[in-house]
Amino acid sequence: MKPAQQFKTQATVMTHDLHHRELIHTALSKYEAVRDQSKAAYQDWQAARQAAAEAKWEAVNHLDEYLVEFSNKLEARGTKVHWASTGLQAKEIILGIIREKKARSIVKSKAMTSEEIHLNEALAEEGFEVVESDLGEFIVQLRKEPPYHIVFPAMHLTRGEISELFARELGSAPTQSPEELTMIARRVLRQKYIRADIGFTGANFAVAETGMISITENEGNARLTAALPKVMISLLGIEKVVPRLEDLALLLPMLSTIGTGQPLTCYNSFYGGPRQPGEPDGPDEFHVVLLDNRRTELLADGEQRDALHCIRCGGCLNVCPIFRNVGGHTYHTTYSGPIGSVITPHLRGLQEWKHLSFASSLCGACTETCPVKINLHHHLLHNRRNAARQKPSMFEKVAFKLFAFVINRPSLYRSSKRAGRLLQIFHPLVKGTRFDPAYAWTKTRDLPPIARQTFKEYWRQRS
Amino acid sequence: MNERELILGRIREALKVPAPLPGHHGDERSSLTSATVPTQVRQWLPAIGESFADRVKAFRRKCSELKADFHALDSEGDCVKLLTDVRDREQWKRLGAHRGDLTDFVCSRLGLPICNTDKGYDVAGLESCDAGLTECDALVAQTGSVLLTSRSAGGRALSVLPPHHVVLARREQLVRDLPEAFAVLKKKYGSNYPSFISFITGPSRTGDIERILVLGAHGPKKLTICCF
Repeated sequence: MKPAQQFKTQATVMTHDLHHRELIHTALSKYEAVRDQSKAAYQDWQAARQAAAEAKWEAVNHLDEYLVEFSNKLEARGTKVHWASTGLQAKEIILGIIREKKARSIVKSKAMTSEEIHLNEALAEEGFEVVESDLGEFIVQLRKEPPYHIVFPAMHLTRGEISELFARELGSAPTQSPEELTMIARRVLRQKYIRADIGFTGANFAVAETGMISITENEGNARLTAALPKVMISLLGIEKVVPRLEDLALLLPMLSTIGTGQPLTCYNSFYGGPRQPGEPDGPDEFHVVLLDNRRTELLADGEQRDALHCIRCGGCLNVCPIFRNVGGHTYHTTYSGPIGSVITPHLRGLQEWKHLSFASSLCGACTETCPVKINLHHHLLHNRRNAARQKPSMFEKVAFKLFAFVINRPSLYRSSKRAGRLLQIFHPLVKGTRFDPAYAWTKTRDLPPIARQTFKEYWRQRS
Repeated sequence: MNERELILGRIREALKVPAPLPGHHGDERSSLTSATVPTQVRQWLPAIGESFADRVKAFRRKCSELKADFHALDSEGDCVKLLTDVRDREQWKRLGAHRGDLTDFVCSRLGLPICNTDKGYDVAGLESCDAGLTECDALVAQTGSVLLTSRSAGGRALSVLPPHHVVLARREQLVRDLPEAFAVLKKKYGSNYPSFISFITGPSRTGDIERILVLGAHGPKKLTICCF
């Protein structure tokens, strides 16, 4: 099935799923309440947004310089930096390191870039054991499905479903307590940590000035991933760079505030290399893999370049009326919601993914919530325009030609109005059925009646 | 040409087209003028008073929101007394710690076997400790955070592996806000940063099941901060 058809079919099913809607609504109402409280504590949230946007603008618009600085600083302290143009290359680099170390088991903390390149599948195919350690990711991995949301991967599941899953996959006793469920996962994963040969992470920021990656989390799983295994690999998109360490004094609390609603998430950690002389622990080897994967194509589009400012907080998903109704899996993309609809056409092809830019009410809630001021809803319009420019729709072309033909001939226009009014009397006979010429519209909506009188007729009568 | 040069080449080519500045749609300048460096971050983040009493008050409020235990104490002696009570209540058998003025003093008086991380350690041994005792670089009043590094707090694992993390701090380490904490980092470590730096804000937590808060996801279930 083509992506557009798949999206439409699944969206139709999901919008009628009241259980799903209720679940997402409950989860997001809690999020909204704490987010608003955290935002209100700022002395000037709008000025903070502007500064955050400018810090990311500076980084993205001098990306070559900052990437070189970042990589040089890391290498100076013993980190191996790898560059990958494509997802395939990134996978080969990572597999190469794992093979060379003769590693068997890999423990992973949450990384959307690894979803983007389908790393887990590649590792499993080669016979390596990969365990997701973030609780939400662990749950969706056991269910063999992709994350539902970039920040809340298991948001679409109830505790009952998770309890059943754990009972089936881990042999644990059923329970309705989120706390007990969390402890089951903690026990299972602790053992994996102690045995793991390789720790794999993503990154939220890459600090050019000091050569560090920054990882934001709540659970402590990324910290264990970076502390216990002897080899650490981090995969990050080239757009993660920020110029200075101090930029994080602003970006970290803003990411938390919009990401989860917390003023600051539990652990915000910076890693600047493997274990240094005099340090008691940490990996002997630290590999950083920088991934392009068509980000440079998005970079070349000046108009939409700010989409690379994205810090993946997921805020735009949470406020999006489309996301909240169709759900995260309907998109069939790594990044869903408004930001996904904007960038996926650049990363995977405009014509095949342009339908996402039409799945929007253009309400602008995404643009308003974005902590780094990405002009999201305008970019949806830009995508629509670019798609039409690149490959005009035959139907629309013919329709507009016909319209122009009629509107240019006053007598023809007048008679078509009269005909419309006459034919409309018979419309209820076919309304909403396949025989309806306006079926695409009328299957879910009403067609407003044509006025009894045109404005021109009214004006003439009046005088 | 290698991938590094190919990627950098594509970036340079792409950047020949200018991009509009944020918040100035259509205005296509190629570099920022005034506000490039966010020097005024303090003015925008949540406000915190300057006096020591203000900082303690803010830190205490944050800790209670975060479900962390905070104790502002008068002396090392009070700290030992407090931790002796916790030791008995939680029936500590073994303690993880690192060498330092504050940790050495407290460890010597708690009278428990110590797993010292400074010279390397056995992971299973550290995992079986009832608590991890560390010093830190700063406490941040604005967020209720503990700032520590692999150099100041005995490595990467000591503060995350045992189920209870106990932090010992000096009063003067309690700073106002995040910008000040970053300034402390820069001043203390300059060009030779430790390989691990972390802002720890409350005990480990998750909300991945129905967005319901559970403490102790992978890291410590309890965080106790003693400031004297």
